[in-house]
Amino acid sequence: MTLAPETTDLKIELALDDDWFTVCDLSTLLPGRGVAALLPDGRQAAVFRDRSGDLFAIDNRDPFTGAAVLSRGLTGTHQGRPFVASPLLKQRFDLTSGQCLDDESVRVTAYKVRAA
Amino acid sequence: MTATPGATPTIVLVGHGMVGQRFLEALAERGLTATHRVVVLCEEPRPAYDRVALTSYFSGKTPDDLSMTDMEFIENHGIELYVGDPAVSVDRDAKKVTARSGEVFDYDTLVLATGSYPFVPPVPNKDAEGCFVYRTIEDLLAIEEYAKSKATVGAVVGGGLLGLEAAGALKGLGLTSHIVEFAPRLMPVQVDDGGGAALLRTIEQMGLTVHTGVGTQEILVDSEGAVTGMKLSDGSELATDMVVFSAGVRPRDQLARDCGLTVGERGGITVDEQCRTVADPHVFAIGECALASDGRVYGLVAPGYEQAETAAATIASDEASFTGADLSTKLKLLGVDVASFGDAHGTAEDCLDVVYSDSRAGLYKKLVIGRDGTLLGGILVGDAEAYGTLKAFTGSVPPVSPESLVLPAGAGESVQLGPSALPDDAIVCSCHNVSKGTIRGAVTDHQCTTVPEVKKCTKAGTGCGSCVKVLGQLVNAELEASGVEVDKGLCGCFGQTREELYEIVHALRITTYQDLLDRHGREEARGGDGCEVCKPAVGSIIASLAPTIGASGYVLDGEQAALQDTNDHFLANLQKNGSYSVVPRIPGGEIAPEKLIVIGEIARDFGLYTKITGGQRIDMFGARVEQLPLIWARLVDAGFESGHAYGKSLRTVKSCVGQTWCRYGVQDSVRMAIDLELRYRGLRSPHKLKSAVSGCQRECAEAQSKDFGVIATANGWNLYVGGNGGATPRHADLLAQDLSDAELIRLIDRFLMFYIRTADRLERTSTWLERIPGGLDHVRDVVVHDSLGICDELEQLMRAHVAHYRDEWAETVNDPEKLARFVSFVNAPDTPDPVVAFVPERDQMKPDLPLLSIGMRPAADVLEGSAQR
Ligand code: SRM
Ligand SMILES: Cc1cc2nc3c(=O)[nH]c(=O)nc-3n(C[C@H](O)[C@H](O)[C@H](O)COP(=O)(O)OP(=O)(O)OC[C@H]3O[C@@H](n4cnc5c(N)ncnc54)[C@H](O)[C@@H]3O)c2cc1C
Ligand code: SF4
Ligand code: FES
Repeated sequence: MTLAPETTDLKIELALDDDWFTVCDLSTLLPGRGVAALLPDGRQAAVFRDRSGDLFAIDNRDPFTGAAVLSRGLTGTHQGRPFVASPLLKQRFDLTSGQCLDDESVRVTAYKVRAA
Repeated sequence: MTATPGATPTIVLVGHGMVGQRFLEALAERGLTATHRVVVLCEEPRPAYDRVALTSYFSGKTPDDLSMTDMEFIENHGIELYVGDPAVSVDRDAKKVTARSGEVFDYDTLVLATGSYPFVPPVPNKDAEGCFVYRTIEDLLAIEEYAKSKATVGAVVGGGLLGLEAAGALKGLGLTSHIVEFAPRLMPVQVDDGGGAALLRTIEQMGLTVHTGVGTQEILVDSEGAVTGMKLSDGSELATDMVVFSAGVRPRDQLARDCGLTVGERGGITVDEQCRTVADPHVFAIGECALASDGRVYGLVAPGYEQAETAAATIASDEASFTGADLSTKLKLLGVDVASFGDAHGTAEDCLDVVYSDSRAGLYKKLVIGRDGTLLGGILVGDAEAYGTLKAFTGSVPPVSPESLVLPAGAGESVQLGPSALPDDAIVCSCHNVSKGTIRGAVTDHQCTTVPEVKKCTKAGTGCGSCVKVLGQLVNAELEASGVEVDKGLCGCFGQTREELYEIVHALRITTYQDLLDRHGREEARGGDGCEVCKPAVGSIIASLAPTIGASGYVLDGEQAALQDTNDHFLANLQKNGSYSVVPRIPGGEIAPEKLIVIGEIARDFGLYTKITGGQRIDMFGARVEQLPLIWARLVDAGFESGHAYGKSLRTVKSCVGQTWCRYGVQDSVRMAIDLELRYRGLRSPHKLKSAVSGCQRECAEAQSKDFGVIATANGWNLYVGGNGGATPRHADLLAQDLSDAELIRLIDRFLMFYIRTADRLERTSTWLERIPGGLDHVRDVVVHDSLGICDELEQLMRAHVAHYRDEWAETVNDPEKLARFVSFVNAPDTPDPVVAFVPERDQMKPDLPLLSIGMRPAADVLEGSAQR
């Protein structure tokens, strides 16, 4: 695990227009799970961390139902790529691109994210 | 065929039964429907249906389900189908058929497929009110109506194949059933004395009364002329409200006789090897009405299909002949497997029998072997597992000794001879005459990879269905041989089934998902993040085994929190707008006013929508994620526990009010329901578990629709298992009767743990019971008779679960670190999710759903591949 003591006060940051927006402590994010963050413009981002410590962020709204729940889905690896499955109707979204894996016409916003 | 010059030649088919329909398909396959006018006269009020599966009407199939006629097929091929209009006469000189409607059809070729009629012995009062036959859907509708309104006892005349089916149907309709058979044993045609004895024992155990060696002399009637009983040949009388005659069938050859066609001495229209009538080259006869060139009338569908093919081929001027067929049958009669094949009665000279018989278990197996070791035929009763393979080996010397083929598995010598040992020309599906080679070809040359595809491609398995099992084995073997991996794995991450993973976790005491994935996952999945299928499944296995393997039983502990589906993760049910519902446990549905008031107050204070659920408790909807801990702090305070409405675990044990209040009750059903609910609460399982306890047979708690249901008797409790509501309802089966409290609980302990151990993911007990080999009998052997010697272990697992149960909401509200997760926004813990909104409805509220247009977002709204490590 990458959770060495010196990294515990690292923050998760999201790239918005031209700035890095601080979301939370890296340590609050459970590997394999997501959290939701409220962005300054009122939008929501779902932020995830996988077991090797990599971070991802996509829009939190599930485009199929309108509910802001993608952060609460189960994550996994599909053909080497990380995804989250919506907890409502289970469509999967690629975490790096926001592309829906079950309907190629649907995609959600993906954000740049880092630990700093 | 010759035709009037210029006109399209006409084929007239009389009789649209199973064989008639097959004949139409064979015509179409040969392109004859394009070159001919095809007219079909159908006597019954509906087009061809599956007569073989007739009895399944009583287990819920509708007449529509039984239909074999695709109206699109009829239309596309321009077939003129006259339903409810039988042929009444044939003028062979003028080549004309007259229908009952008065319409007259010219033919160039006439095909008779009129089937047979049930034989009713000429006993006095045979036509009285309450006498029936068993041949058509209309017969069944009439039987059903009479049985429901006028009868409590029913008798079937004839203990053959159909008689047993009819008797089973009467029993299924709730009647006390008798079978009267003139021969000294049941199914005299198919089985010998030994097989008959095994069958008799099993059938009597099911509560049917069998009278063999007696004939019916007279039907007794009351002053109104309705059946009251039967007088038997031994002088005795049998009281019964209805009689179903099932004493054999006779070919329907009257139409043929009337127009001067040759018929056999005992009936049947005489035909040659091409199925052409011997008297008139323009007329064919196929199916049960035909007397084949080998001098037999075949009463089975497979030979009829072969005749249909032969006739169609002959009309197309192709070479084909029908010279006889084998009478192999495999049936599941009243749940007992019965099969006979080849020379079942050992009529060949010098042949030897190999017999295995265990009448206690209702097993009888006999193989007939020729001097040189050739397998000639056999009879299987009670276990017809080997039928497909043995039948295909008939006529050859099997590669292993005959003894080993009939001994039960586990008896030392027994050998499981797989279908892969069969030669390519072995017939696997006798209904459609499909060889093993053809099935292999479907996989290798036609790229079929599943049984349904192979069925569609070859027709194999679409008749009586008895070959489907062998079909599955062949398809898998062929796929494996051609390098295609047949994947029975749980998902893309694990090659094992859920049952196998359970055994691995249990035996190796693996307590984390990652450990299991990295050590036992598929090569390519190791080290990865798994998927949404296996994570909750493994999480559930670890949770059910927690005390035994030394894992934490708390589903939000450590890694386990990441494995849970959303509902389990927030210990509540996610609703369509992102809010949650809250269901406290109300054991047995019993609740004191004080607690009702608490629920009412909480719902009012948090503005929740309340509803009485179908599970006898109260659901509060519309809580935001950050409200859940506040709501639960109050619920826990008032003595409530999690109701696990979110978990694949025990839901509710419903109760009726029972003996305490109800004038009919014979036991305290409420107390038992509460005891059971408290015992099994929190038990994680492959799917949700539901139960109910009724205080008497009136069954107000609907226990027979539950995974485990309990009904009180004067002497204790009856336990039913495998019931289900939902989309595919199933009535539960009786597992054991008149149990004491302690016996009941011990049996449920074992049953549940055996289910948890062997079921597939998201498989309710109903589907599990239908799927596992041996079904209910096997489960009864394991949990009642301890045939696998695992009952101690099963009980111990349950004791460990009960001893370690803790309420997960009480645990959560006392754990600040876990509570921190219950926020809408990690960076704004006090801000509620603005998407969750409500509007008023009928004095309460409902979700106000945000509208989003799917897949039509402006391109500018979407940031391209921008994630960053
Ligand atoms: C709330 C309730 C309806 C109601 O307003 O009465 C309900 C609501 C849901 N049912 Fe149900 N079922 C409810 C009683 C039933 C019953 C009746 C009963 O239990 O006696 C049945 C038929 C009995 C049975 O299960 O055999 C029932 C058969 C189902 C099924 C079909 C199961 C099947 O085996 O076919 C599903 C789907 C599933 O589980 O895959 C389902 C799934 C659901 C889910 C969980 C669907 C979902 O994922 O959102 C619903 C959410 C519950 C929630 O948000 O709280 N619900 N559901 C009932 C809760 C009972 C309780 O107190 O726990
Ligand atoms: C309950 C039951 C279970 C069975 N189980 C099995 C089994 O497990 N395996 C097996 O191989 N076989 C089984 N059979 C036998 C099987 O159903 C028959 O072999 C098969 O249906 C014969 O087909 P057929 O087309 O020759 O006759 P049918 O299916 O009887 O069709 C003949 C049709 O012709 C119609 N007809 C008659 N006269 C006229 C006329 N003058 N004009 C127009 N139409 C007319 C009749 O109304 C009928 O619809 C079972 C039969 C029954 C009743
Ligand atoms: S099942 Fe029997 S005891 Fe229970 S309420 Fe109904 S009638 Fe009364
Ligand atoms: S043997 Fe009847 S369907 Fe194959």
